[in-house]
Amino acid sequence: MADTGVLETLLQRVEKVDDGVDSLAVATSLGVDHQVIVGAVKSLQALGDVISAELRSSKHWELTEEGTEIAEQGSHESRVFSCIPQEGLAQSELMVESIDDQVREKLLLVQKGHSTQLEEKEKNELKKRKLLSEVTVKSYWITKGNSFSTTITKQETELTPEMIASGNWKEKKFKPYNFEAMGVAPDCGHLHPLMKVRTQFRQIFLEMGFTEMPTNNFIESSFWNFDSLFQPQQHPARDQHDTFFLSDPAHAHEFPQDYLERVKKVHSEGGYGSQGYKYDWKIEEAQKNILRTHTTAVSARMLYKLAQQKFTPVKYFSIDRVFRNETLDATHLAEFHQIEGVVADYGLTLGDLMGVLHQFFTKLGITKLRFKPAYNPYTEPSMEVFSYHEGLKKWVEVGNSGVFRPEMLLPMGLPEDVSVIAWGLSLERPTMIKYGINNIRELVGHKVNLQMVYDSPICRNPPTHF
Amino acid sequence: MPTVGVKRDLLFKALGRSYTDEEFDELCFEFGLELDEITSEKEIISREQGDTKASGASDVILYKIDVPANRYDLLCLEGLVRGLQVFKNKLEVPRYKRVSPLSGEPQKLIITKETEAVRPHAVAAVLRNITFTQERYDSFIELQEKLHQNICRKRSLVAIGTHDLDTISGPFTYTAKRPGDISFKPLNQTKEYTATQLMSLYKTDSHLRHYLHIIEDKPLYPVIYDSNGVVLSMPPIINGDHSKISLKTKNVFIECTATDQTKAKTVLDMMVTMFSEYCAQPFTVEEAEVVYPDGKTCIYPELAYRKEKLSGKFINQKVGINESTEKIAHLLTRMCLLSQATGAGDEIEVEIPPTRSDIIHACDIMEDAAIAYGFNNITRTTPRTYTVANQFPLNKLTELLRQDLAAAGFTEALNFALCSQEDIAEKLGKKISEMRAVHISNPKTAEFQVARTTLLPGLLKTIAANRKMPLPLKLFEISDVVLKDETKDVGARNSRRFCAVYYNKSPGFEVIHGLLDRTMQLLEVKPARGEGYHIQTADDSTFFPGRCADIFVRGKNVGRLGVLHPDVINRFELTMPCSALEMDIEPFLGHTAETPLTRDVPMKEVIKHRFPTRDESQQSAHSRLTSTKTVFGDVSTQVGLEALSDFLADKSYIEGFVASQADMIVFDAIPSPPSPTLCHLWRWYNHINSFQTDRARLPSAKSRYVLPATPLATPNDASDEEDIDLFGSDDEAESAEVARIKEQRLAEYAAKKSKKPALIAKSSILLDVKPWDDETDMSKLEECVRSVSMDGLLWGQSKLVPVGYGIKKLQIGCVVEDDKVGTDMLEEAITAFEEYVQSVDVAAFNKI
Repeated sequence: MADTGVLETLLQRVEKVDDGVDSLAVATSLGVDHQVIVGAVKSLQALGDVISAELRSSKHWELTEEGTEIAEQGSHESRVFSCIPQEGLAQSELMVESIDDQVREKLLLVQKGHSTQLEEKEKNELKKRKLLSEVTVKSYWITKGNSFSTTITKQETELTPEMIASGNWKEKKFKPYNFEAMGVAPDCGHLHPLMKVRTQFRQIFLEMGFTEMPTNNFIESSFWNFDSLFQPQQHPARDQHDTFFLSDPAHAHEFPQDYLERVKKVHSEGGYGSQGYKYDWKIEEAQKNILRTHTTAVSARMLYKLAQQKFTPVKYFSIDRVFRNETLDATHLAEFHQIEGVVADYGLTLGDLMGVLHQFFTKLGITKLRFKPAYNPYTEPSMEVFSYHEGLKKWVEVGNSGVFRPEMLLPMGLPEDVSVIAWGLSLERPTMIKYGINNIRELVGHKVNLQMVYDSPICRNPPTHF
Repeated sequence: MPTVGVKRDLLFKALGRSYTDEEFDELCFEFGLELDEITSEKEIISREQGDTKASGASDVILYKIDVPANRYDLLCLEGLVRGLQVFKNKLEVPRYKRVSPLSGEPQKLIITKETEAVRPHAVAAVLRNITFTQERYDSFIELQEKLHQNICRKRSLVAIGTHDLDTISGPFTYTAKRPGDISFKPLNQTKEYTATQLMSLYKTDSHLRHYLHIIEDKPLYPVIYDSNGVVLSMPPIINGDHSKISLKTKNVFIECTATDQTKAKTVLDMMVTMFSEYCAQPFTVEEAEVVYPDGKTCIYPELAYRKEKLSGKFINQKVGINESTEKIAHLLTRMCLLSQATGAGDEIEVEIPPTRSDIIHACDIMEDAAIAYGFNNITRTTPRTYTVANQFPLNKLTELLRQDLAAAGFTEALNFALCSQEDIAEKLGKKISEMRAVHISNPKTAEFQVARTTLLPGLLKTIAANRKMPLPLKLFEISDVVLKDETKDVGARNSRRFCAVYYNKSPGFEVIHGLLDRTMQLLEVKPARGEGYHIQTADDSTFFPGRCADIFVRGKNVGRLGVLHPDVINRFELTMPCSALEMDIEPFLGHTAETPLTRDVPMKEVIKHRFPTRDESQQSAHSRLTSTKTVFGDVSTQVGLEALSDFLADKSYIEGFVASQADMIVFDAIPSPPSPTLCHLWRWYNHINSFQTDRARLPSAKSRYVLPATPLATPNDASDEEDIDLFGSDDEAESAEVARIKEQRLAEYAAKKSKKPALIAKSSILLDVKPWDDETDMSKLEECVRSVSMDGLLWGQSKLVPVGYGIKKLQIGCVVEDDKVGTDMLEEAITAFEEYVQSVDVAAFNKI
């Protein structure tokens, strides 16, 4: 707060006059810097309606640095002139004998505050020579306010326990808060945005009655990842370029033998109404350990297990990491999270799959869906799910779905009239869209931008647009 | 998904109308294609090589269309148009015919046995009187390329060669020769090369070099000659220049050599069905004869039509529609599957043409009916599947903990499960050989060498990437690491960890320690030795000497915390002190009300399904088995022994092909040597008996064998239960009265038992026996445990289960007769070996 002395002096001045005072005049008369008076005005304003101050601006002319020098020592010309000795150059004799230093005189007028005596043209000329400059001075015209008083009561900043105890808060005046300022950031931890979205998807599945699958097994055998899904051994996805293979432990060593034989047979010879792929199925390929390329490997294990007991309908889901040895770019990493839903029941139809997908995506806020025929080695029919993007005004792909093939389900031992429908999507893509992230590395992995993590809002709904 | 580029105007001309881009996109969508891009040659060149190169290139509009990976019949303009026209009811599906040549013998391709080791299969056909235009010719070449890239798996499975038949004369010989002995002028070259020279010539060829590896290291290379010794091709690399086809070519000889016979036939069928359209007799293909090394001959192309019968009900039920049989037959016909209602009920006969190699099951036919019906015309329904949701307990715990750890002021990080060896070893001051890490054989960069065995490096790297953020940095992660584990079918398992770091100007051990205390509070573990948690000094090269401690929970080491070693801090390019905590969270799972799912699958099937492919006679004694735990019934009864004998009728051992602990468990359960009348059992019993001296060395059982009592107790038998003295008093001064009552009860019991000999209440118990530390000799410990013997106690299989930081617990199963053995007796007996055993817990208790 400004010096109370100044405040009081100012108030006294204001009291004496009826129509008010100019802050600049007060400063001059008190011999203090104008800014001190401005500070006092602001302080008094903060106290409430003690004074009212109206901002005024006036223009006046001031000498520049060079101008000041000229005013003191004469114009450059006159200084040259005075420097030439009397007996000096012959040329000087040709010139005038004495000069009238008008520039200096004009500047001196301005310096003394009599700039009005100069003509506008003269001032502009001096301004061009950078000897004068026009300065705008802001000052306050101060008048009494409604609750004017010459004494200042000190304002309290905060309510204290003592005030509450003594009750003297009733007499105190409190400094108003500045509601424009930001509050103090709370000292807290933060959840990762991708995990926040995962929590929401998990919640949606649970709300729909889906049981979570145990997907905590990143290492899988090719058998469960591919063969059990009726994905042929020459399929490009099983290439070194697409899948991470392990050198240690290189092979899985234990399989349900009866089931393995049935899988082998359906691939190489067919059966269960299928022609099969008619190729030489090799156990060596099936034994190869890999980092699972989809969580459907776990779904296969779960469905096989389900087939080993009396069949009851199930709804399963999982959200977990999968790994692809693919080319990396701004939206693709070697590992990402797959969201997967599976329903197994008697007599499920393609219409049922669409219905479930409709319910699932409605929970995400996506209601306009349509389906495109697609191909997937282990589902038939297979459908790509498209949603209408209101922003882009076009249909964009949001997921993949299908009905598991009989060649996958029947060798497991599931009853023939049981259908299994499933769908999947990635967790990263909707998250990137929700949080407006363009480079996936800013979201996942150690290069994450922690500020982004700190600032990311809660995920009430997963994104309404993919 | 393969992409086919077709000229828009040619396509529209062939379709007989033009479409707007949107209309055509819509048509594609409905049919299962995707109009991926609308472009021109000019645009492609200017995008790939710059505008200057593109000037003068054609700006004819191209449609790039994505085709499903199994639809080889849509990989060229001809096939696409045929498919779409039939779909739009504008064309009847053509019938492809194989014909004999008008004059004389068919062309012959003779396969010699030398090809066997390199590329044993070949098929051939002739397109007679074909008329090429520039567009047709381009499409013909392009289709070969598309087939090579897709079904042919980059020529490794099949390679196609097409030749001007008028420049060569049959019979043709497909043989294999030493590379030095093959010499010819290859396509578009001016002079002859030997195969050896060609292989080095094409090393730098941007296209052909990708195929060299297929035969490169073989002693003999495949080659096809005509009767005059002219080289047609050296598959799968290059054709000869002599027989190259041109716009003027009238008769085309097509050969496909392969390592996969089925695919070769399919590829040949695709080539001829697509382009026989341009023959003088459209859709006819002239046959060729292939002579095998054994003298057998075959006529190609197969052009096989297959018929399948299915019911309209099947389609209606699977799709969820209700259409007449005739309508369904019509829908299928629109998908190039000529179909008609047979009139027998709702039966439909579907003819699968040679172009539809993707149809291998009735479900493929069903999908086509659904596509023709229109996926988006199907009514969306809600299945009535009633289920109750369960969370995976480990994930539930993780979710709950994450929330509270964030509330404790720590920020969640999310790091990759894959990393470099250096990250988990050298940088932490450890050796990679000491890590139980899983190694990747084909990493493209060092970032994917191993699966992480610890979460710490990820968090330290996160800090390093965020050094500009204000201090302190407090991070945590709860996620999986991967450890090798021999007990798992794949040899590895995930382990869920919680890791936290504190990075500031001072080490802040107290902050990390405080977080541990808070975590334990959340997990309801009190600070105390024994039943609670405590920390004690440990030595670890990752941490600053003397500033590291192990975390013990209920006597088990679950993790470690401390101040990081300055070398570790430096190696992660950090500058400030840092303290860290990492621990397993799986030990805190405890019991949940929900039955947790596991993905561990039974290795032995006990429910025998009636598989249509199975021989009915194989249904054996298996069908009596009812669950994973009841195996043969009570082997102390005659019925049980008979079942076991039946089981052993065609087996030497209980499981697999060598004697194992499974045999021992069953052996032990048989009270006395069986009678020789049960001949299979008797044989097996004597055989297993011979292993008794070194039974411990037999491999462990693959399945759990628990030997049950046969019939289950009925409610009237509940009185039996009351007799069980759960807290078996060991008061030695038993009063005479008590003794009398006991004797009386025993007598009653014996009487009951004689009436129902099979009824003995038994339980299967799984015990966790924990050692004092990682230096405890576990085999000694097991020996001690197994030395406990009581009447009615039968030890089963055991395994060592790692609990973290090198400590393993012994998990051992046993079967007890409830009347004779109680868990308290067992625990008491085992904990008596206090030199080895720290504690004994009952991990599972199941009444049999």
